[in-house]
Order: sequence, then structure tokens, then C-alpha cells
Amino acid sequence: MRAEPLVLGIETSCDETGIGIVRGTTLLANTIASSMDEHARYGGVVPEVAARAHLEALRPTLETALAEAGVTLDELDAIAVTSGPGLAGALMVGVGAAKALAISLGIPLYAVNHLVGHVGADLLHGPDEPEHELELPTVALLVSGGHTSLLLVRDLANDVELLGETIDDAAGEAFDKVARLLGLPYPGGPQIDAAAATGDPRAIRFPRGLTAPKDQERHRDDFSFSGLKTAVARWVEAARDRAELEGASEVSVPDVAASFRESVADVLTAKAIAACTRLEVPRLLLGGGVVANARVRALAQERADAAGVTLRIPPLSLCTDNGAMIAALGARLMREGHEPSGLDVGADSTLPVTTVQA
Amino acid sequence: MLLAIDTSAGTSVAVVDRDRGILAQADEADTRRHAEVIGTLIERVLAEAGVTPRELSGVVAGMGPGPFTGLRVGIAAARAFAFGIGRPVVPLVSHDALALDAREPLLVVTDARRREVAWSSYAAADELGLPVRVGGPRLASPGDLEAAVDRYAGYLRLDAAAIPAGPLGMLGERLFAAGRAFGPTEPLYLRAPDVTPSTGPKRVTG
Ligand SMILES: [Zn+2]
Repeated sequence: MRAEPLVLGIETSCDETGIGIVRGTTLLANTIASSMDEHARYGGVVPEVAARAHLEALRPTLETALAEAGVTLDELDAIAVTSGPGLAGALMVGVGAAKALAISLGIPLYAVNHLVGHVGADLLHGPDEPEHELELPTVALLVSGGHTSLLLVRDLANDVELLGETIDDAAGEAFDKVARLLGLPYPGGPQIDAAAATGDPRAIRFPRGLTAPKDQERHRDDFSFSGLKTAVARWVEAARDRAELEGASEVSVPDVAASFRESVADVLTAKAIAACTRLEVPRLLLGGGVVANARVRALAQERADAAGVTLRIPPLSLCTDNGAMIAALGARLMREGHEPSGLDVGADSTLPVTTVQA
Repeated sequence: MLLAIDTSAGTSVAVVDRDRGILAQADEADTRRHAEVIGTLIERVLAEAGVTPRELSGVVAGMGPGPFTGLRVGIAAARAFAFGIGRPVVPLVSHDALALDAREPLLVVTDARRREVAWSSYAAADELGLPVRVGGPRLASPGDLEAAVDRYAGYLRLDAAAIPAGPLGMLGERLFAAGRAFGPTEPLYLRAPDVTPSTGPKRVTG
């Protein structure tokens, strides 16, 4: 029997330089260098800062990943790379490097879709863990600072459909912005999560974007967090003004954080579960950095259980942006006999999910 | 033999040999398609030169100056290729390629976008024909260039739309042969990233 392909994946779509190495579905290395600290003072990812950081992190991250996997470059069967969607300048660093590396080693290149990569993360298992098939079809909810997308995956390599996505801010961005509003540092997700722990999620009823009956037609599976962010800002400003004028008590950061988080978790999970029910797909997969949010996970589990939906959440290190998921998708494409990508493939910041391989 | 890559303007890739000169060079003038064309151009020059990656002894990278996004593609590719074959990167100032064997003082000027140019000034090449940079690389607005460059009138001005990788590669070969130092290890962006540090949230209500 031929051994599964050994694939190195390169991910540079946002602020994480991810290099992953897999053998088929076995995870051998998942190395990530993040430029998050450099973005902290700006309150969000600055594309040019991210792109510069990718260029500097590339080689050390490659070296660490190879050492961690215990493999040499000569052993690799293919290079996989994220060609989109993501930040254009950041993607180009990865694409340029991946092409050169593939040519230098004389091996094929697989340029793949970042979002479908998040789904591919669920294929992976540790060297000592049993294999598990990705059960299909599945609905996938992918939520991070860069994207908020709901997908229907019938076949990982050939049939992925975009059900809906955010029409303004990504959910992760909303966490960052609300954290800033509350005087909490970047990135906002973990900060809001921590502050919310002692707050009352029912203290303030913040709006649920695109859930009104009139939105059910056009935006049934879409998300919107811009209005929520503004609503939180208005509420906080009004409360602070009251505090100043009437000596009322200051804004309860835990209550605002908990109420805001509840709104986000509610909309995300309600729409995902509704899609499962409507499409009669009894499976939901979560991916993206917002999965780190305890309330999002808990509410997803609660609602999945109630709806008879099986919920899958890969380990957090495979949910945030990483190269291993890109390698896993590349290995799957290779195993299914897909031709490598052409060397003229570009970076496409708006690559649609229907294009699994560019 | 060296592979040379420069994306400080368009995309240029070459294979050079110290004794036989430029064996192959391929160029794409478009300044927005670096990531798309880089692989095809590398493959083409290797084929044309009849060279396998492992026969190369290093990879020359044009470190700029040049617009950020494109410049990085070439440097990323050069670094990755060098890593793949286990050979060193040879970083060079891109402008220096045009001052190789210069017989008289030379002012190299390239487009830096945002209504600015990048410039480097050179004395005549030394006894080995190697560039002697005396000013730059720096940025200036086109109108201020005369004031920015010391003794501006004494230079032959060369406005370049591209940096050819062939001469850049030959510069690498000749610097190595002469035991001279190579260029900067970091990209010559010459501009800080475009960002304004956060000043705290703005009010949404009046
Ligand atoms: Zn992502």
C-alpha cells in the first residue's frame, strides 16, 4: 500500500503565519507565528503590518514545523497554500513562497480555499489517535475576525456551497470593537469572554442582526454585526452620560459584555441550527477563532442537542487559522486524484467557497 | 550559478553564471501580477538555462526599493527557493543592478507610487566594475529630486521602469567572486506601514 502523501501547508491569509505538515489525515506539525501583538496598538489587524510580519516569519516557521514533524524537505510530496479569501498583500507572500518552494523541490502545488480549509481541519487526528471520517453532508459555521460564513459541505473536494455570510463586520471584529468601547485590550474575544463570566446576559437586550421576519427572505443565512456594535456603543454612551449627570452607577462592564456576547452567540447558533433543520443535515461543524468563545460553544451544544444535530468542534489550535488545515485539504485533493494547481494561480482576496482548489 | 529574482517594479527572473553570463531572463512588466507570474517565470528560466534547482549555488533577491506588496512577493519567493535547495539568499539593493560597470556618475530613479520616486546615486564603478553607491536609496517627490540629491547636475540620470534580474544576478556573482559584502537582509520599504494608532473609540451619539 502506498503511504499517504506528506504535505506541507502554508497559510498567510490574515495575521497568523501558519505552517502545517500532515501525512494524509495525520497531523505531524502545526506551527504558528502571530503578528497579533503588533496589531494590538491599532485595535485591529493592519494589513500592511500583517504582510510584513509574514515575510519575516516564513522561514523560521518553516524550520520549526519541519523539526516538529521530524521530516526533511526531500520527503515532502506536495505543497499546499491558501490562495484566498483573505488580505490580498498577506496572501501574496504565501503564494509567492509556496510556488518557489514547490519548484525548488520539484513537487506539485495545491492552491486551496481558506474557508474550506477550516472544514478540512476536522479530518486531522494526532499520530496516536484513530482516524475518523468527516461525516458529510455537514453545515459548517466559520467565525473569526476575518470571516463569518455558513457553508453547506456535501463533498469537501468538490461540492461546497455558501449559504450565507456577514454583510458587514465579521463577528470577531465586533468583539474587538466592543472590547475597545469598554476599554478592554485587543484582541477582544478573550477579554469579552472573561468580563462576561460575572455578568448577566439578560441585563440588556441588544439587537439580533438579520433575524426579523422581513430578513428571512433575502438574508436568512446571512449575518450582520454592525448594528449590534452601534447599539452597544449607544447604550454605553447613554449610561456614561447618566452616570456623569445624575451620579448614577458606572457602566457594568460584565453585564454589557455578557449581553453583547449573548446576542452574538444567539444569532450565530440560531442561524446555523436553523440551516441544519431546514436542509435536513443533522451535522454542524464549527471553525474559526471565535470558537474559542465559551458561550458560543455552549449555546451551540445546547441547541444542537435539542435539534438532534451532531456538533463537531476541532481542537482550538486547528480552529484558529493554521497551515495544518491547508495541508489536510491539499492531501485530500491529492488523494482524490485532483491535478495540481497551475503555477500561474494567483492570490484571490475574494475567492468564493465554491472554488475549493484554485 | 545563481537564480535571481526582482519584483521591485515588474517581475524579473534570471539564471546567471559567473563565467557564462546571463543564461536566461524572463520578465513581466505588469506591476500588479507578481504573485501570479512568479512561478511560471522561475520555471521558464530554469528550463531555458537547462538548470535544475540543485545545481544553483544561491538565490539573489532584489530587496528594493519598490512598492511593498509586489516587492515582498519576490523576496518571499527568493527566500523560499533558497530554503528549498538549502542554499543562501543573496540580498542586494535593486538599484545597484543598473550601476554595474557604470562609466560615469549615475542617478538611478524608479517609481515609488504615491507621487514619489526612489533614487540612488553612484560614482563611476570601481576597478572591478562594481557599483559605488554614494547616496540613497531614498524617497523624494519628483519636484524635490534636484534638491534632495547632492550635486544633482553631475549625474547621468537613469529613469528605470524595471530592474532586470540578469544584471542583478551578475552583480551577485561578481560581488561573491570579489569577496565583497551583499546588500540589506531586510526589505527596503523606505516607508512605514500606513496606519494611525488607535485613539480610543469615537462617540456614535451626539
Ligand atoms: Zn480563517
